[in-house]
Parts: sequence; structure tokens; C-alpha cells
Amino acid sequence: MEGLLEKGIRAVRDLLQKGELSSEELTRFYLDRIERYDGRLGSYLRLTEDLALTMAADADRRIREGTDGDLCGIPFGMKDILCTKDVETTCASQILKGFVPPYDATVIRRLGESGYVHLGRINMDEFAMGSSTENSSFQITKNPWDLSRIPGGSSGGSAAAVVGGLCAATLGTDTGGSIRQPASLCGAVGLKPTYGRVSRYGLVAFASSLDQIGPITRSVEDCALVLKVIAGHDPLDSTSVPQPVPDYVAGLGKDIAGLRVGIPKEYFIEGMEQEVRAAVEGSLKTFEGLGARIVPISLPHTEFAVATYYIICTAEASSNLARYDGVKYGMRVEGKDIIDMYKRTRSRGFGGEVKRRIILGTYVLSSGYYDAYYRKAGQVRTLMRGDFDRAFERCDVIVTPVSPTTAFKIGEKTEDPLTMYLSDIFTIPVNLAGLPALSLPCAFDSKGLPIGLQIIGKPLEEGLILQAAFLFEGERKLKKLPDMFA
Amino acid sequence: MKINGEVVEYVAHLGRLELAPEEVELYTEQLDRILAYMDQLNSLDTTGIEPTTHAIPLVNVFRQDEVDYNFRVEEAVGNSPERKGSFFKVPPVIEVE
Repeated sequence: MEGLLEKGIRAVRDLLQKGELSSEELTRFYLDRIERYDGRLGSYLRLTEDLALTMAADADRRIREGTDGDLCGIPFGMKDILCTKDVETTCASQILKGFVPPYDATVIRRLGESGYVHLGRINMDEFAMGSSTENSSFQITKNPWDLSRIPGGSSGGSAAAVVGGLCAATLGTDTGGSIRQPASLCGAVGLKPTYGRVSRYGLVAFASSLDQIGPITRSVEDCALVLKVIAGHDPLDSTSVPQPVPDYVAGLGKDIAGLRVGIPKEYFIEGMEQEVRAAVEGSLKTFEGLGARIVPISLPHTEFAVATYYIICTAEASSNLARYDGVKYGMRVEGKDIIDMYKRTRSRGFGGEVKRRIILGTYVLSSGYYDAYYRKAGQVRTLMRGDFDRAFERCDVIVTPVSPTTAFKIGEKTEDPLTMYLSDIFTIPVNLAGLPALSLPCAFDSKGLPIGLQIIGKPLEEGLILQAAFLFEGERKLKKLPDMFA
Repeated sequence: MKINGEVVEYVAHLGRLELAPEEVELYTEQLDRILAYMDQLNSLDTTGIEPTTHAIPLVNVFRQDEVDYNFRVEEAVGNSPERKGSFFKVPPVIEVE
């Protein structure tokens, strides 16, 4: 098992296919590591050991028979927002405690067809609302590089688990940065695909016009492998894009000579940590060294992104979360009549941030305020898409920081929701415009915390993003495993 | 418009939430600041601009209107906190005089 964590999925798959390693051994290796290390990290909510070993045995059989898919035998941790048949799925919320979906999300079905192994359910901000995973109603997850700090959110558990070596790969979901920001703060690779590239069927909805599922992995190649399996049209999601899926892995290693890399001046703001700025600026030299050309661009409506986003996402959330009413699934608190039952159930079942967003979303949609807030935000969203359309006439990809700071201390921002919201400034515009974007580590700061770099592409150009990221990663060769998990 | 406790309580009612007095106070203060921040959008002239509702334009996604039950009744109601046979059970909705 020596050196297993340094190997990518492809190298591990080679060992499995040659019979030098079995999926059962690999699965036990990860289950043992979780047992040993997750007490301090807090990334898993619940383990599914029996299911994992059954899936591993099945994977080993498929490998022997030669019917294995690209991810056959590879152990995943799963964000607790993706419906998995017969496996409790809670969204880290009291209100969904005990909910056992009778069906698989499409991404889970596709992973299953490929032959993955399900290790357990991973922690997150309740209903994916948050930037630090502190809004989970069950537990706090810590940053694997510094246990006094947050791992980012909402997919903080996923990023922490993959970097701590407690799963081979994982999926996150990203509504305003929930894959990229935790990937950045934990030093993982995280990709939010183009809106519609990956089916949302079976993803518990937060803000339906923004949500997307994507991989969180230890390397760019692993990210490409996972994306290839989960992407593609799905008749069960009417917003799914009916376009063929390219072979994302085949493009890795191709050179990027002449690639035009756009740098938006609005993304280098006051309040940004000096070390983050320096790391991103230093990264541009690496791209130039690879033959890319740096092009200054402007995204003039960036300053309006956070306000626009928190109107749209809370409005959509208030509508999506109306389904938790104590009738169909999850918890119920009895009341004197049906309205009273609804109110008691929802007030006990939802945490503080979820209630705050339901109230805000209900307010901006309510009679008399709809035009001033929701319609206005939709119009500004059009302006922001136009910014990107114009920028992409002059460049092929856009490179920016992911987060203005590295990982902050646990408890540092919980008292002030607006400050927490503002930490999403660099990731939100991508969701509003529906674009694909990847976060990968570019440096460590003087505290030893990872700094992420964001590469944004045109719609459906995940392949080009991965191609650029792969070469960048090869130049940097950064440390991947924190000492305390080695 | 300045948000106050009454507005927060009314909106919470619309969202089917009941709030403790200290929650009303907290949310009133926080929402007031958040909405003030959102007011910056009013500095943009958006006259004649169509709002974006979905980022990638897809229109008229149709399928044949054919019965395609994926779930057995037992699966569909199996997660309900209270049921009677194959039905969800709820408190009385209509008052009987």
C-alpha cells in the first residue's frame, strides 16, 4: 500500500487490472485511514462499510471478467446532497434525517455503471448554503492543513476528505463556488462544469438555475477521468445539454502555445491578501513559460455579482425548500393544525442560515418587491453574461484567484453573514453566467495554507481548461498530502 | 424600504417559519444590512434589458406524454413521517363546524 496516495486513479486502475491490488484491499485501506484520521478531520457523517465492501467485491469480479468501467474499484466519498438509493441522504440537515431515497441521482447511477465504490456520506453546509461547512447541523469539518481553520464550503467535507487521503476522489456541488472555494482552501482540484453539462437529477435542489455537480480530486487527470464518467445528456433533467461528451483525458499533455489567457482587472481588489495576489500574478509567468499569451481584460459588472447572486439564489431556495413540510419525507413536529405543523417542523428542522435565506428569498419574491429585486437581479445577470461574452472575444480562458484569502479560522465569520457572502466574489460570476471553471492549487502562503487559481472557460470548453491546468500542475509540482495525514 | 420586525414576521409566515423573538431581532438587523447592500443594483440602468433566468438557452424540451412510473407506491410514500396505507397522513385541512 506504500505510495498509494501519491498515485492517480489511472495508475491505481493499472494495479487493479494487473491483479497487483484488489478493490477490496484498496477499500479497506481507505476505511482504515478514515478510522485512523477522520476523528480529527470530521469529513464523514456516516460510513457505509458493508455497502463499500460489497461494491468492492463486485468491482473485483468485473475486473476479472473484463467488464469494468474507467472508475471500477475506485473508492469515493459522497457529498450528502446526492440521492443514493437505499442510503440515508440528509443534506446535513435535521429536516432530512432518516430520508432514504428510493432512487439514484444520475451521477450516482453513472458512477455505479462504471463500478465505483461508495465509502460513506460526506459533510457539507446544510443544503449547501455556506462557505465554511460550519452550517452543517451535525458537525464541523476542519482544514487538513491546519485543524483550527475551516475547509471552505459548502463542499468542505469533500475537499478535506480527498486531500486528507480519506477517499480516492469525490463529487461536490457548486451554486456560487461550493466546489472551487473548498478545493482552493484545501489544496484540491475542483471543477464546476458548464451549467447543463452534468445532470442535476437526484441532486437535492438549492438554486436550480445555478447548481452544478462536479469532481473534487487530488490531480487534474483524476478530475478529467471523473468528469468523463458523470457528464452527458440526461432526459431526466430538462436543463441538461444535448451535446456529446469529449474524451477529456485524451487532451491532457497537449501544448497550449498561443493560448490567450485573459486577466480581469476587477479581480484584483482591495481586501485581497497580498500573498494571494502575488501567487496568482506569479502563476501568469508559468503560463507564459508554457507559451500562453497574457491579455488584460475587463469584466465591468463584477462588483454587482454578490448582490445579484444572493437575490437569485435565495429566491430560488425559498421556492425549492417549500417541499420540506413534514408530509412526504424527513421529520415532522405535530401542531394544532396543518399550518402550525408546517411551521413547527420547518422551524425546528432548518438551521439558522437556511432560515435566513428562506426569509430573504421570500422577501425578494413577495408582492411589491419582485421587480425591485428578483427581476432587477435577472437583468444584471444578463449584463454579467455580456461581460464574459465580450471578454471571450479577446481570450480563450480567464485566470483569476478563487478566494480573496486563504482558509480562515473556525468561527471567524459566523457572526456576520454579509462578510461570509463577500468571500464568494470571485466564484459567483461564473455561476451567474453558467460557465465552466476549475480551481487548482498554485502555491502555499507563509502559514503553509494552499492558494487556489481559477481557470474559467467558454461554455462546454472543460477540455481546454483541463488541458491548461494539467500543464500548469506539471510545472508547479506542489506538495499534495499534509504531514499529519501522511 | 426599511425592514422591521413586523415585516420579518410576516415574511417568515409566508415561508411557513415561526421565529423566536430573539430570532426576529437578529434577522431584522441582518436583513436590513443585506438589503442595503443589494440596493447597489439600483445604481445600474437596466431599462430594456431582458432578465436571464437560465444561463444556457434551451427551449421547448418536450417528451411524449406517456405513463412511465419509476416508483412503486411503497417506495413513493415509504419516507413519510405518517401514513395510512398508500396515503400521506396530515392534520385536518378543512374545518368541520
